[in-house]
Amino acid sequence: MSIVDTRTPDPKRFIAGATGDWEIIVGMEVHAQVVSKAKLFSGASAEYGADPNEHVSLVDAAMPGMLPVINEECVRQAIRTGLGLKAQINPRSVFDRKNYFYPDLPQGYQISQYKDPIVGEGKVIVSVGPDSKGEFEDVEVGIERLHLEQDAGKSVHDQHATMSYVDLNRSGVALMEIVSKPDMRSADEARAFLTKLRTILRYLGTCDGNMDEGSMRADVNVSVRRPGGPFNTRCEIKNVNSIRFVGQAIESEARRQIALIEDGGSVDQETRLFDPVKGETRAMRSKEEAHDYRYFPDPDLLPLEFDEAYVEALAKDLPELPDDKKTRLMQDAGLSAYDASILVSERAIADFFEKVAEGRDAKQAANWVINDLLGALNKSGKGIDETPVSADQLGAILDLIRADTISGKIAKDLFEIVWTEGGDPAEIVERRGMKQVTDTSAIETAVDQVIAANPDKVEQAKAKPTLAGWFVGQVMKATGGKANPQAVNQIVKARLGIE
Amino acid sequence: MSVDIDTVRRVARLARIAVTEAEAEAMQGELNAILGFVQQLDEVDVSGVEPMTSVTPMTMKKRQDKVTSGNIADDIVANSPATEDHFFMVPKVVE
Repeated sequence: MSIVDTRTPDPKRFIAGATGDWEIIVGMEVHAQVVSKAKLFSGASAEYGADPNEHVSLVDAAMPGMLPVINEECVRQAIRTGLGLKAQINPRSVFDRKNYFYPDLPQGYQISQYKDPIVGEGKVIVSVGPDSKGEFEDVEVGIERLHLEQDAGKSVHDQHATMSYVDLNRSGVALMEIVSKPDMRSADEARAFLTKLRTILRYLGTCDGNMDEGSMRADVNVSVRRPGGPFNTRCEIKNVNSIRFVGQAIESEARRQIALIEDGGSVDQETRLFDPVKGETRAMRSKEEAHDYRYFPDPDLLPLEFDEAYVEALAKDLPELPDDKKTRLMQDAGLSAYDASILVSERAIADFFEKVAEGRDAKQAANWVINDLLGALNKSGKGIDETPVSADQLGAILDLIRADTISGKIAKDLFEIVWTEGGDPAEIVERRGMKQVTDTSAIETAVDQVIAANPDKVEQAKAKPTLAGWFVGQVMKATGGKANPQAVNQIVKARLGIE
Repeated sequence: MSVDIDTVRRVARLARIAVTEAEAEAMQGELNAILGFVQQLDEVDVSGVEPMTSVTPMTMKKRQDKVTSGNIADDIVANSPATEDHFFMVPKVVE
């Protein structure tokens, strides 16, 4: 593969070394576990968290004579992911054996795709920012390929002094390896890329994106160079399992390489591990002879072929993806780019918003979802799927504001009550007497009482009309916030003779 | 095409087969004889010919996404020299 530099060096991304500026080059290989019930080539369950070796068939344990049979759903999911990455779908691809020995790889080889992957070149648009000026920058990150492969088993090293324990539950689970081009130029861009990729996969439902459970892991390739200069030797940081760690690993690895070169040394191409506790990368212990995987087509599997109609049918059924949804929310609902990008960051949030906004004012709905709902969820460490306030309940609150039944301020209180106690917002307003007072005579009485009690302020207000605000505040206080603020404002001004 | 003694040692190492120096030499001769035999295929011009993947034209069989096996941990670890709690136990490998 020849590397094409698609980016223009930009000083704002440079990092300063002792001898001048440096530019970071990042490419990524992301392993994403395919959402499927069964494994890629066997009928064992792909579900996470079973007891040791319970989700293992004789195929996964590589018993003699067992033959792999591909799971059609995994093929479908890989194609759908390719479509979501705007990538070329290859109607014919080939499974190869990647040979190496490790105790958690009972076959002695991983079935993968080498020369002919199921998905070719695509791209992801990544929004990076906000920078110090609050601006976002769109960066295009190329996708080199996506291929299907088997996951390996899991080795546990801390159970015994001299033995490792091997659990094959993950062995044979379908993975998509998604390889980016080396198009990222900072840790921020790399983080944004991984975040966006995860969002796309979750929208598609092809990977749950759960990095804690290892359903998404990234190998990060990092090198540094003089701005715009030739590419240097890279190091690969293996198996980074959180988006935050990806950022930290890149920063520390880039600094290590710069120090090395500036001291007159050079970077060795090697595989490294990120230590989250120390916040730095270290070389993996064994430096065996260069890997020689001796790829060759797996004689147990025919080439994977499908026709265009199959791909077209999948394309037609694709859900609306975050970029399209964002554009639609900006154009049709008039939302700002910032609001729209927050709402589309998770499909569940977007769905929630759209349900609230249905038949209502979109901007108001967006404000409530972003500021009040997401704010409260953040504070309590809950995800959108655990929200105590449903879209219907929030919608009902907005309806009460719109009908002038409650003021915006009371609505915040109402939201709190629904959040902690649940219930039907309209019924709560009725029962607790939170209704806004729109009855003019009741407001007039309250205004008159405040005026009568404060003759000195009335005098001052004649010279200084802005004092009307003080009267409005007093009336709101006297009515427990239930008076309609606009009505109070009008009546106060009329009574004080201010216009 | 022929292999030298270093290649023989390397192939043995990659296959995790213990080969003594004397065996390596013998094997070099055997391997070269085999390669020489296979090399006769080079006499055929196959430019422009698709590699054959199957004797009869057929498409790859696919399975439905259904869980049809598993929960046989006893059987899976039955041949393992050492097990505990249904784990395989192997000499420690730490990276």
